[in-house]
Amino acid sequence: MTKIDTQPAAGNGLLDRRVFLRAGFLGGAALLTAEASAVEREPWMTGPGVGMSESGAPSSHEAHLVRGPIGSRPGTTGAGSSRSPLQYLDGIITPSRLHFERHHSGIPNIDPAAHRLTIHGLVDRPLAFSVESLVRYPTVSRIQFLECSGNSGAALASEPTQGTCAQLHGLVAASEWGGVPLSILLDEAGIKPEGKWIVADGADAAMMSRSVPLEKVMDDAIVALYQNGERLRPSNGYPMRLFLPGWEGNACVKWLRTIKVLDQPAMTRDETSKYSDLQSDGVSKLFSFPMGVKSVITSPSPGLSMHGPGIYQISGIAWSGTSKIRRVEISADGGATWADAALDEHVLPKCLTRFRSAWNWNGGPATILSRATDEDGRVQPTRAVALEGRSRAAFYHYNGIQAWRVGADGEVSNVYA
Amino acid sequence: MSTPRYQLLLVIFFGLNALADESPGLGEPVSANDLNALDVTVEPDGKGLPNGSGSAVEGAMVYQNHCFACHGKTGEDGINDRLTGGHGSLTTARPVKTLGSFWPYATTIFDYVRRAMPFQTPGTLSNDELYAVTAYLLFINDVIDEEQMMNAESLPAVSMPNRDNFVWDFIPRN
Repeated sequence: MTKIDTQPAAGNGLLDRRVFLRAGFLGGAALLTAEASAVEREPWMTGPGVGMSESGAPSSHEAHLVRGPIGSRPGTTGAGSSRSPLQYLDGIITPSRLHFERHHSGIPNIDPAAHRLTIHGLVDRPLAFSVESLVRYPTVSRIQFLECSGNSGAALASEPTQGTCAQLHGLVAASEWGGVPLSILLDEAGIKPEGKWIVADGADAAMMSRSVPLEKVMDDAIVALYQNGERLRPSNGYPMRLFLPGWEGNACVKWLRTIKVLDQPAMTRDETSKYSDLQSDGVSKLFSFPMGVKSVITSPSPGLSMHGPGIYQISGIAWSGTSKIRRVEISADGGATWADAALDEHVLPKCLTRFRSAWNWNGGPATILSRATDEDGRVQPTRAVALEGRSRAAFYHYNGIQAWRVGADGEVSNVYA
Repeated sequence: MSTPRYQLLLVIFFGLNALADESPGLGEPVSANDLNALDVTVEPDGKGLPNGSGSAVEGAMVYQNHCFACHGKTGEDGINDRLTGGHGSLTTARPVKTLGSFWPYATTIFDYVRRAMPFQTPGTLSNDELYAVTAYLLFINDVIDEEQMMNAESLPAVSMPNRDNFVWDFIPRN
């Protein structure tokens, strides 16, 4: 077994990011397992296992792998959110069944044969598209994140809210979204010169609606039909949703039913009274669309205990609404010193990027943080900087650095550092 | 006779490119009637508002019948979103964002209620009821008088108290 190089890369035991890239590090464990299994059969090896099935399910031992706390408005069951269990996930793709939800009046049960997407307003030819017809259009794939702009809003509380990574940051997910560029459909309808915005309506009971500038729509918006290779899940807009890469989830209208081209934003309820950002001087910002550069350590995190001193993997996700992640730095000493994390192979624009570091934990209390930088050179701010000028009610679009406190008992908690 | 190879390549290259951008053209025309039934967007200048009218006098009854259970007797004591009060609170440590203290456009109230309310039975209010309950919500926020009629002309002209405290974070390219 190759000896692990425990030369620190930063304070309090943070090791060089290349530690995890060396083959010798994992080789020793594999050898031990092979030796043990050769001499006996485990109970599940003594006869054939169960047969094939039409649809897969996780192991019965993964019952904890479910969407985080489900919260809905009083008197409703479908006006609220459920959260992706980030602390149990690895890689960059969120399994469709675990993609977070944020609905305003429940999930409609849509008959795809009866559903139409109608494009109208300032166009030469109002047109309706069936699901069947859209499948024949040129399809593009985008492996990108979707984040509710209310994600991580708990950080506005004056005292740190104690909860899991899902509870605090679980309104983000990444998928392979497949669909038709909306620009093709709008070109077919013919946009009039005075058209500057669209307003997109959903087919839910709230007819959720958001205005989106035409320049974004023509740049990279798609009418998504597929999520991770299959048709969208109902909780993600079946049979079709608007997907705006890098922009706040609320504007990516699910169950997309109509698109009206306008010469101005419609000033819908969600874009004015809800997803706007109130500043401490009383002025509110409208249309803060792209999500900021951000990262969070998913392991260790609250609920995932550490078991005694030794080498651990620090792992997490980083993302930016405008570009690729260039760099993620980790600190194990409360931000005094930092070392670069290793980025997994798939570093894609406007997508989750998985980062990893090796940490030789000495068993003492420690505060660990991650800080992302994107290709535009934007650096994830500290909590103090992220809150500058904000009202205490402005919990949208928060992207401050998350600090986790590891106690001597191995328990992890949310702290402000 | 054979086509020079480079010409063939050019044809294939541009042919494929054209295919990628080409629309199969499968959109179906939509009749004006069908469009009217689908189009619920109300713009801040009043475009899209339907015929009809109502004042807070009639709106009080609509509110009692359809809104009271979730939003409370006064609009600030319900189990769901608070609709009134909060004036002067936006710069304090506990901002209260209501229709009167926060919402920039009166047209948004009509648009949202028509789309999404009453929560359990959206789409059941008549245009007159929608104007009336919008008037009532403006009245209990001290924005208009009880007798003031709301319709497609008067609603967009209502001046919301917090209207001037919004700026755009998005800067259009042109």
